[in-house]
Amino acid sequence: MGSGKRILSDFKVFSRGYLRNRFGLFFGLIFPVILILIFGAIFAGSGTSAVNVYVQNQDAGPFASPQLNIAQQFLTALNSSGTAKITLVPDSENFSSYLASHSASDGIIIPENFSANYLAGNGVNVIVYGNPASSTSSIVSGTVNGVINYFNLNYYKQNATPIISIKQTTVNTQQTKYIDFLVPGLIGFAILVSPMFSLVNISSDYKKTKLFKQLSLTPLTKMEWLASKILWYIVLTIISFVLMVTVGILVYGAHITLTPWLIPFLLIGPTLFASLGMLVGTVTKNPETAGVIGNIVTFPMMFLSGTFFPISIMPQYLQTIAHVLPLFYIIEGLNNVMVYANYAGAIIDLAVVGAITVVIFVAAVKLFKWRED
Amino acid sequence: MIPIEVSGLKKCYGSLKAVDDISFVVNKGEVFGLLGPNGAGKTTTIEILEGLRAKDGGDVKVLDLNPWKNGYELHKKIGVIPQEFAFLEKITPREAILYYADLFDVKVNPDEILKEVLLEESAKTNFDSLSGGQKQKTGLALSLVNTPEMLFLDEPTTGLDPNARRAIWEVIRGLKTKGKTIILTTHYLDEAQQLADRVAIMDHGHIVAMGTSDEIIAQHGSGERLEIHGTEELAHYIKTNTELHIEFYRQRSVISIALKKKGDALSALEAAEQSKMDYGEIKTRRDSLDDVFIKLVSGKVDEHGEIVENGEDKSKPNDKKRR
Repeated sequence: MGSGKRILSDFKVFSRGYLRNRFGLFFGLIFPVILILIFGAIFAGSGTSAVNVYVQNQDAGPFASPQLNIAQQFLTALNSSGTAKITLVPDSENFSSYLASHSASDGIIIPENFSANYLAGNGVNVIVYGNPASSTSSIVSGTVNGVINYFNLNYYKQNATPIISIKQTTVNTQQTKYIDFLVPGLIGFAILVSPMFSLVNISSDYKKTKLFKQLSLTPLTKMEWLASKILWYIVLTIISFVLMVTVGILVYGAHITLTPWLIPFLLIGPTLFASLGMLVGTVTKNPETAGVIGNIVTFPMMFLSGTFFPISIMPQYLQTIAHVLPLFYIIEGLNNVMVYANYAGAIIDLAVVGAITVVIFVAAVKLFKWRED
Repeated sequence: MIPIEVSGLKKCYGSLKAVDDISFVVNKGEVFGLLGPNGAGKTTTIEILEGLRAKDGGDVKVLDLNPWKNGYELHKKIGVIPQEFAFLEKITPREAILYYADLFDVKVNPDEILKEVLLEESAKTNFDSLSGGQKQKTGLALSLVNTPEMLFLDEPTTGLDPNARRAIWEVIRGLKTKGKTIILTTHYLDEAQQLADRVAIMDHGHIVAMGTSDEIIAQHGSGERLEIHGTEELAHYIKTNTELHIEFYRQRSVISIALKKKGDALSALEAAEQSKMDYGEIKTRRDSLDDVFIKLVSGKVDEHGEIVENGEDKSKPNDKKRR
């Protein structure tokens, strides 16, 4: 009973002090939300939106009936592919200069008498502009190729039903966009950064200013002290979680599943990194060294654990490194829960994180000294 | 029960003997001062008594408890201000008192404590905005929350301006009249003289003198001295022509002669006359605690607690400076 009362009392004092410090508040709550807004804006829609393609249709007809306007049908087919979005360029423009002046590299020219030549069975070229270095150009040429093949087939065997066609089936993962990965990633970021930096800072600073000694003269125990810090960072993480999810959903329409499965991650994550921060602050001699070691431990985790982008896009050796970083399992777990609904995977992630947390927590408490020998 | 009993206390840091075989007792209701320059072993001693540091040898009992083993129990009965008291930045003195009251599970009236340490006007200022003196007073306030029988004050006024120091002294005197046993460390001689009933002078881990000011002066002082304002040549002349023990203070141009008997003054003045050299003011004086302290710790201590070599450049006539 006494212990719980002391933890609460210390919690009250610490959280009040935290809220009075605008910098901490910014870093803990506002900063992750700003990150979501920035990264969300940078990559907004990049996963699904069609590539913009400039088209100059030089086939002006005349057409006896709209059915004979093959050029128009070709463009309609292209537009309905979903991967290319057509913007028409007037005939009067020089196409190359037009692309250049619009900073675009993807374009198509439908030549004069395209429809007539097609109907007569004469060969005809569609001119595709593209930059080989750009990922969008390959999408455009691929799409154009597909449409051309369709039209070629149709020419040889009018009104035939295609032998091979595609039937679209929607899978859960199929809809994931960058923002869907970003929200769990940045929640992982918040779980890491605030408790970690804070505890590195506090534990080395309290040692230097002898605040630990001062506290050791009260009935507060070091376990109670650490418990109150962990409690606060769990509260902070949950507030931060709510803010980030709200922004992700409202601003960017993130597809996120909210289930009770998230709770263990929000409890264990801050516990792990508060303990790790404590450990770093405890084993280092002064705040300067603690800061450096803290950064060495924190930064690789911040970038290699799938925080800002999925680790699958990283080279293999970096992925291997990612697998020894505790934050990786938290973010993978959050992705498993929030994006893929893969609860079996989440349990494994939880088990790994849980085991690491126990080790770090015990080490921090063992090595952390109120007083000196 | 004697509140503090220390015998044969030892503490080493590597090869450095920080505290080397010291013994003393502090009686109930007494203000006991540990006086000495930086590095004398004062803080190590007081921290061992507080249970913040382990000892290497000897026996220590505080309120009948072993401070290291029974620290948790002891801390409920004592109040402590560590050197350069620091606390949470964003907490006001009033909140800090209530926080400590929660931790100690006691009911206190924070305003009463704030009044006792003369801190009422800063009760609602965040700690990081307080002045040095107000921070120390906050420390004093916190050390009183558990109504301790004993107070440990480690350099309570170091780094404070004279007004702030006097204010802290006022608070400490008030606590003394309430019957608290107080042990304080300081390198300010005047602080020890103002506050302490008894003083132990520490140097290089040893206690070199202990008792009331008068006892220490009687024991270690050299009695009456004749001081002549004059040159080093004159000091040398007197020294070679008499059997007297003579020291010369170069900065003040003062020749200081220990008087074993009144007649020694006459011999000194005769020698001065014979020399045909000029000399100025003549007076006799007794050693103050200041003189004894300088003699015992082989130097004067500046306001930061560091020894200034040989006080004010004292030398024996014609001798090379000592050390």
